[in-house]
Amino acid sequence: MTHGLTDAQFFEKVSSFLGPFYIALALMNGLAALYLWRSGQLKTWLKLAKGIEIPNAIVWLAVAMGFAILGAVAGGGMAESLSLPESFREAINKSTGPVIYSAGTTVILIILFFFREFFVRPAVAWTIWNLMWLFLGLSMTDRDFFEIVAKPDNVPIVMLVFLLAFFTWLGTSQAVINDRRKENGEPPMEKLDNEKVLVWPDLVYPELICMIALTAFLIFWAIALPAPLEEAASSVKTPNPSKAPWYFLGLQEMLVYYDPWMAGVVLPSLIVAGLMAIPYLDFNKAGNGYYTIKERMFSYSIFQFGFLEMWITLIVLGTLLRGPNWNFFGPYEHWDAHKVQALNNVNLSEFFWENMLGRSLPGTLALADISASLDPSNWPSWIAWLGGIADPFLQFFSLLFGRELPGTLLVLGYFIALPPLMALTVLRNFYKRMGFIRFMVMANLLLFMGSLPIKMLLRWIFDLKYLISIPEYFFNF
Amino acid sequence: MADLGEMIRESQIWKSIFRHPMPVDRRNRIVVMLTNFFLHLHPVSIKKQGIALSYTWCMGGVTFFLFLVETVTGVLLMFYYRPTVEWAYTDIQMLRDVHSLGLLREIHRWAAHAMVITVWLHMYRVFLTGSYKPPREFNWVLGVFLLLLTLLLSFTGYLLPWDQLAVWAITVGSNMARATPILGHEGPGQQLLTLGGVDMITNASDARFALLGAREVGEETLNRFYILHCIAIPLGVALLLAVHFWRVRKDGGISGPL
Repeated sequence: MTHGLTDAQFFEKVSSFLGPFYIALALMNGLAALYLWRSGQLKTWLKLAKGIEIPNAIVWLAVAMGFAILGAVAGGGMAESLSLPESFREAINKSTGPVIYSAGTTVILIILFFFREFFVRPAVAWTIWNLMWLFLGLSMTDRDFFEIVAKPDNVPIVMLVFLLAFFTWLGTSQAVINDRRKENGEPPMEKLDNEKVLVWPDLVYPELICMIALTAFLIFWAIALPAPLEEAASSVKTPNPSKAPWYFLGLQEMLVYYDPWMAGVVLPSLIVAGLMAIPYLDFNKAGNGYYTIKERMFSYSIFQFGFLEMWITLIVLGTLLRGPNWNFFGPYEHWDAHKVQALNNVNLSEFFWENMLGRSLPGTLALADISASLDPSNWPSWIAWLGGIADPFLQFFSLLFGRELPGTLLVLGYFIALPPLMALTVLRNFYKRMGFIRFMVMANLLLFMGSLPIKMLLRWIFDLKYLISIPEYFFNF
Repeated sequence: MADLGEMIRESQIWKSIFRHPMPVDRRNRIVVMLTNFFLHLHPVSIKKQGIALSYTWCMGGVTFFLFLVETVTGVLLMFYYRPTVEWAYTDIQMLRDVHSLGLLREIHRWAAHAMVITVWLHMYRVFLTGSYKPPREFNWVLGVFLLLLTLLLSFTGYLLPWDQLAVWAITVGSNMARATPILGHEGPGQQLLTLGGVDMITNASDARFALLGAREVGEETLNRFYILHCIAIPLGVALLLAVHFWRVRKDGGISGPL
């Protein structure tokens, strides 16, 4: 998209975007200041000497002025000066990788969760919101970052990240208020607006306004930014990387850790089945119809981990940070198709038989092997026919319980032994309230969900490829 | 002027269409909700909490509106688009460069992306407010089906421009079907379906072939995805949407604290 542009041309292009971008941010902060002032929510934040007090609205007004100046600088053709220091970008590129990214986002989400009372405070949230936009703006002057983020098909991801940040704040802040009210013995605030109003006009009019605003937004968006359209299809020119549509990139990212039959078929089916099962597994009656976290800690934390960490951040990783050959590239790194990454992952069976026991991998078993030892000339011909049918089964299971025995035991233990153990120990109360079938369904769904982070950890720490590896039958786990 | 308005509203034609006076007083504001087909989706009155934007996020409504936008722009786009390998890409280019209504294609594409996001946000809100809990369990299940259909709509639509992005995204996406257990020709257990040494599951009979209508993404796939995208899936969505909305009302309207 920016290929063949000189640096000067590139910065001209970026300027035409960043000018309006920073002006919009200035407007956003100006409106915030105006809102605080008009709604009488002024608070003194700073006390200078001689009794001069600086209220919050003035601070945001100053931020707005700051953005306006950035807008003027960017629009004035000096976008180049508005970038993160080269050394900083280098450091980010060098330090990031799938491990840091996945672990980092998890840690950040955990911090946000535990200190949510602090982070949902409007001033704090607004500061973070501003910093997110500023980070985006400052990064856009980096050619490699721009190349990825401004690719038409990736624009929705950026929108998704900002929308999710906003709505997560919106939901969490109400949950925090409701949890506090609960502690004081008050009903959730949704209960306060119990008064009934007529749908015409109180709902019908807002809907109409919303539809008009959306239509205007869509037309503006369509004019401002051409929708994705690349060169004509060619079956000989394979793009590198080849990516599925962005909303499936979390699944494509799972291909790093799973075989296609798991990442592409079994796990997606389980995600759908698991989503449908939620209302039938969640026996907690609290938190029906209002925002709360404390009253449904278990379901809330699992859903947030699954949605924000294992769905959204994997999509962001797959879309923005996976380049040619599905290698990881830092946000400011050039997508070099010749980047070489050592792949020396080992299967558990190889590790077990060769490294630990120092022998070669055991082979397979066929019906002919058994009959051969018993003088085959005496056997009727249907044995051979039977062998044709039975041999695949025999071979497969001899591999599963022979060569791959260590992994098979681990996996079977994980899925068969853990649920009863959980029912007897940590999830005892759940088992009592849910009954056998519902508990088993939930336990297995949770274990499948947990298998992804476990496989990630095994890969990062032990370079483990597959626990069970039977490529002869496309059966790898 | 006022007389003209009066004359129109008093005419037999007007009265035959709108069976009630203008909804300016309480009685007629109730009547309008009950007698108008398009409005009867709504209840007559609603708790104030149920229309608070901070509670509802309006994302279900936005998704439905985007579906309507997709339907209208989609029908118009069908006038200008031929689902053949020979013409598909050229037709899309023509929409951008030649036809004055070509903006519809940009709107259609962006609204499709937006719809995927708003469906997720809608489900996110429904989860955070625990609105899937009894008596609304089944409507959540219907919602998951609608999520699936939305993704399938987007996935099938992805192929239609027949550009590099389209063909390779669908190739990568549909390659997964190759690995379907038992039914994919590179899936586990595929060898178990043999008859007299002849494989029953090959690359011309497996799950991926059923999806693509061919061994590779090609003319047959384009035709198949076009029909799924324009007819089959939208019909499914329309049906499920009707039930979804009906159940919202029947399960007690928008959720709220008991």
